[in-house]
Amino acid sequence: MKKRSGTFYLLMVPVLLWLMLLIVIPHLDMVYRSFRFETDDWEMVFSLNNYLTFFRDQIYWLTFVKTALYSIGVTFLAFVVTFPVAFYLTKVVGKQYSSFMTLLLLIPIWIGELVTVYGWMILLRDNGVINTFLINIGIINEPIEMLFTNFSMTIGLLYMSMLFMIVPMMSALDSLDDSLIEAASDLGASKWTIFSKIIIPYTTPGIVSGGIIVFMLVIGDYVAPNILGGKSSLWFTEQIYNKFLMSFNWNEGAAFGFLLLGLSSAIVWVALKLSGQKLEKVGS
Amino acid sequence: MKRLALVSAIVLTLIASGAMAQESLRVLTWKGYAPAKLIKAFEAETGIDVKLTYSNNEEMIAKLRATRGAGFDLAQPSQDRISFVQKRFPIYQPIDYSKVNTGQLVASMVDAVKKNSAVDGKGYAVPHCYGTTGMIVNQKLAPEADDWSDLWNPQYDGKISYRLKRPLLIATAFGMGEDPFALYDDIDAYRALMKRVEKKLIDSKKLVKNYWTSGDTQVAIIKSGDANVISGWDGKGWTLHKENPDIDFIAPKSGALGWIDTFALPAKSKNIEGAYKYINFMMRPENAAYFTNQEGYGTASKDAINFLNAEIKANFSRSFPPADLDNIKWHPPVPAGFEKIESKVLDRIKAAK
Repeated sequence: MKKRSGTFYLLMVPVLLWLMLLIVIPHLDMVYRSFRFETDDWEMVFSLNNYLTFFRDQIYWLTFVKTALYSIGVTFLAFVVTFPVAFYLTKVVGKQYSSFMTLLLLIPIWIGELVTVYGWMILLRDNGVINTFLINIGIINEPIEMLFTNFSMTIGLLYMSMLFMIVPMMSALDSLDDSLIEAASDLGASKWTIFSKIIIPYTTPGIVSGGIIVFMLVIGDYVAPNILGGKSSLWFTEQIYNKFLMSFNWNEGAAFGFLLLGLSSAIVWVALKLSGQKLEKVGS
Repeated sequence: MKRLALVSAIVLTLIASGAMAQESLRVLTWKGYAPAKLIKAFEAETGIDVKLTYSNNEEMIAKLRATRGAGFDLAQPSQDRISFVQKRFPIYQPIDYSKVNTGQLVASMVDAVKKNSAVDGKGYAVPHCYGTTGMIVNQKLAPEADDWSDLWNPQYDGKISYRLKRPLLIATAFGMGEDPFALYDDIDAYRALMKRVEKKLIDSKKLVKNYWTSGDTQVAIIKSGDANVISGWDGKGWTLHKENPDIDFIAPKSGALGWIDTFALPAKSKNIEGAYKYINFMMRPENAAYFTNQEGYGTASKDAINFLNAEIKANFSRSFPPADLDNIKWHPPVPAGFEKIESKVLDRIKAAK
């Protein structure tokens, strides 16, 4: 091995400090807290109670199941919505337009999630842009209730996470040689066969890596469910927030945080197994 | 290598000297509590650089708890949220009332806040302003809504909104004809009451448009017409009234909930003298009146009334006829352990269908 110079180690110091002080130590502290439990006489003891609460109290695990199912649904929707876009940008339009159009796709990310969420509120509310338009052209008489429902929440989550699906899919599609599609077509394959036998298998690593990012973003999101979600959309992150800030129960909050980390990682692992992908391959 | 060390040394000195050049005061407060004009005047008068962080009661406690009372020189919690926190996590330090110009404050409020925030006989807070939580109603569309019980009145189906936090549970109890504050020394009776409140709010959840979550969403939901009968703060209601005379703040018949926000010193405050200067500056009659004229909340400054706009005075007399004024339910200090009960109740209501 090559001998490292002093500068190399000096430059490592900030990175190591950063990792230790901001990531490793706080997490260790949280792990420690999550196993501490406060008895009725305000005594702190070591206990698994914080984790058990999650499984004992139906409202907590039900919320998690609901959050997870919604996140999987949003991930799937993100794929359905963005695949044609990614395909169009890489295979149909020319290079000179496609990079400009990709740039356009990035704009919502520059604005920030909170602002786009407020934008959706303006569009979706009872006397908002969409309802007013539909009433004015006479399609409906009464405004359709869209804001503060699961529908508006799904839109918000989808809008925020879509881009993270498009980019890995585009890079996968980009490397797909057009001649493969042409050859299949010459040999008489139908459009569906080309799609399911060539395009999908080839882009699976891109789809899976996009899917993982989207799933993790959505399951850990706080803003969209909280603002667009309405009165029944209790998201699991909201419960963690409440544990920390409303009931001052950091120990339970820490335990819930680790449960979210563990359970969502488990879901990703299962998805990798099901799709036959390896994390190293998807991650690259 | 040597060069790098030199550069980093220079950078570090620059950062350090920049931070020390000016005396600063880090204030943890609520939006609107530190009007820009007053902050500028304070900075010009004292040379202290004021750094503001906006927050709310829950976050204030969490922030200070995380640092054990460091990071800020002055905080502004509500008076009922001090003593129970202080008993468990020492995040504040006692106030030296001799350094506060109490002569310019309403004496009864100073005494009440001192008593309610006391731990081991020492007061931890000075009153800043007060207001009430009541209802904001669009009186053209819901002319008869005047009580907490209208928050579950089927007549306003789909046009009701409130903030799903502890004041709402208290308000619901009052609307049901109960007195939650009387049960503050009996945790079991309080738990039973919260069960009934939970049932009431879950049963009537279908009538609710949405739960508002902040001052801004509160204003937005009634201004846009998404809701006509909402829970709300008096200052917000009066600001809305100025723009749209149909909307106004109403003191519910079963009692508006009164709160007092205070000044308190975090345990590791680095600029205690500056904090006292800030308190005394903000409570000068003309400055306190400027704040009230801007935000609509009442002030604890005694002579501020001489500087108030006529319109602000009119708000108080319009929304609080004498009977309703006497009926304001002032929040007593929250006993320990109650927030745990309430947060479970709130979770279950939010998760209910």
